[in-house]
Amino acid sequence: MASFASSFDQRALGELNRFTQNATLADVESALARSEANGKRLSLADFAALVSPVAAQPPYFEAMAQRSHELTVKHFGRVMRFFAPLYVSNECINVCKYCGFSRDNPILRVTLTADQVAAEARYLREQGFRHILLVAGEHPHFVSEHYLRDCVSRLHPEWPSISLEVGPLETGQYVPIVEAGGEGLVVYQETYDREVYDAMHVSGPKKDFDWRLEAPERGYAAGFKRLGIGALLGLAPWRAEAIALAAHAAYLLKKCWMAQLTISAPRLRPAAGHFEPLMNMSDRELVQFVCALRIAFPEVGLVLSTRESAILRDHLVPLGITLMSAGSHTEPGGYTGQGREELHLTKGGRMVRPELPMIQSEGEHATVQFEIADERSPAEVAARLQQLKYEPVWKDWEGALNEA
Amino acid sequence: MTDKPLVVNARDEPQQLRIANREFRSRLIMGTGKFASGQMMASALEASGAEMVTVALRRADLSGMGDKFANILTFLDAKKYVLLPNTSGARNAEEACRLARLGREATGSTWLKLEIHPDPRYLLPDAVETLKAAEMLVKEGFTVLPYINADPVLAKRLADAGCATVMPLGSPIGSARGIETRAGIEIIIEQATVPVVVDAGLGAPSHAAEAMEMGADAVLVNTAIAIAADPERMAEAFKYAIIAGRAAYEIGLALKRKEADATSPLTGFLE
Repeated sequence: MASFASSFDQRALGELNRFTQNATLADVESALARSEANGKRLSLADFAALVSPVAAQPPYFEAMAQRSHELTVKHFGRVMRFFAPLYVSNECINVCKYCGFSRDNPILRVTLTADQVAAEARYLREQGFRHILLVAGEHPHFVSEHYLRDCVSRLHPEWPSISLEVGPLETGQYVPIVEAGGEGLVVYQETYDREVYDAMHVSGPKKDFDWRLEAPERGYAAGFKRLGIGALLGLAPWRAEAIALAAHAAYLLKKCWMAQLTISAPRLRPAAGHFEPLMNMSDRELVQFVCALRIAFPEVGLVLSTRESAILRDHLVPLGITLMSAGSHTEPGGYTGQGREELHLTKGGRMVRPELPMIQSEGEHATVQFEIADERSPAEVAARLQQLKYEPVWKDWEGALNEA
Repeated sequence: MTDKPLVVNARDEPQQLRIANREFRSRLIMGTGKFASGQMMASALEASGAEMVTVALRRADLSGMGDKFANILTFLDAKKYVLLPNTSGARNAEEACRLARLGREATGSTWLKLEIHPDPRYLLPDAVETLKAAEMLVKEGFTVLPYINADPVLAKRLADAGCATVMPLGSPIGSARGIETRAGIEIIIEQATVPVVVDAGLGAPSHAAEAMEMGADAVLVNTAIAIAADPERMAEAFKYAIIAGRAAYEIGLALKRKEADATSPLTGFLE
């Protein structure tokens, strides 16, 4: 099987997009009926019907929500798995218009040492987390594959599950990370629209659309057991992103058949650089998207971060979400202040006045990637889940399963 | 006077379920995943009458440090229930064996549900890796209960390798589709020299009754109980269905052979 990039048929996606815009209630009913019939897989056309404007009408919208709830409970149970993001570096050589870490943004940056990463992780462990996601900007010098492997090695003895969300690497570069105990690889395409992608990614390795698109497949070839994909909502029209994301998921489910797939649909949040979303996606549309994903892909994990408000997150719990973070910080050293002495300001990719200490006040910290919306602590979110009659599951893996 | 179905069976048909060196009154084994809480799981378990319960080692605290964030085992009274750790999450024999050994150290249990499913969508068991792992683990002294597709040849190979049971699936885990593998399960039951436990896909008590009527020695149920609107009541419903199905099997469902007729229309000419 060739890569998704080579089979990423723009014409077929174009047809699906037209279908979505013209879908009828009968198309929506047909998709829902297929979901009810045992063992019947939904097609991408069915998915397109479910994300269509007509599907948002009553009673179909509620019917989708009910079906999504049933399927999620059936496949995943009345549980919610927890994970914590741990930002290890916000150094980045890419210029991306929407991201707080964009190279040209004048922000405070730092790369944590493996010791500092371990200290942050220890704090997260005390909060209850047993699944961790290491996140970093893309920088060949500060965030090399050796550095990432070292971080994973340090954490592996204490962490049942370690995933990474970092700049795309070659298969051969992923292998040592997997061998050190890395289990999951998350790479969001951000937008599946080539033109928008080109406009948003001004310079740097991230400009290569296909290289990024094929990263999950390279990760799988290297031995990653979990693959996470997603689109950043707010750049291109959401229905088109949804359809492309579904096509990507369907492809990976066949090719990377041994990997547990997760999908995420983060909406753009305020960040350094003050990028304004090109389009808005309403809460209602987000719910429709989540439900459509669940109905089309009953066994795929759906991730919801702290980007969304507490109220919306609580309402999404029974609607298809299976993985949540809580109490998150999107800056390196955000949990325990690690690395504050090494903070430095960069402008246009260059360090500014490196000889002067950067800490102006006690509160100075690295710049966040984006502002979170749900500021509840992990314990608060766990308690709320229990109120909603869900079991918070902190540990659902074992490190021994990640050994070479 | 009733006629038992005329089937010559190499197995003993004891009153109680016998697996390895233990006897069980209950023919229901319960799973512990997907429940809304540990308490809910424990009360459903109580209601089910099950005496053996399976737990995913990946959920459990294997560190021996009393990890309260991985406390699923604390909800299971080791004095009341036989713990059957499972290797769910393992994708090959090596991973399953590693996990099994860790599990034995942590729980003290040498019983193991061998579960290897590399495909996270349907969670169907890998025959090749399961046989490989079973052979290794039996040699290491585990009491191995392997989860398999309803493959009669694989079942014989596993029994020959020393497994304590075979556990063929009715349909994919969590699918609630009941017994879709009837033909394979019938052959397995007919040929088995170890107890046969139908495991996975049993979505309703009637499915469990059906498995028992076919002659299964026990069933394993998880999802159907865990996600039910009232897990305790559902557990109880399964308990009764299994008792009912087993009774029907023991009494014999085969048509009674009629008393010999006075007339013998086909063979009378030989008199």
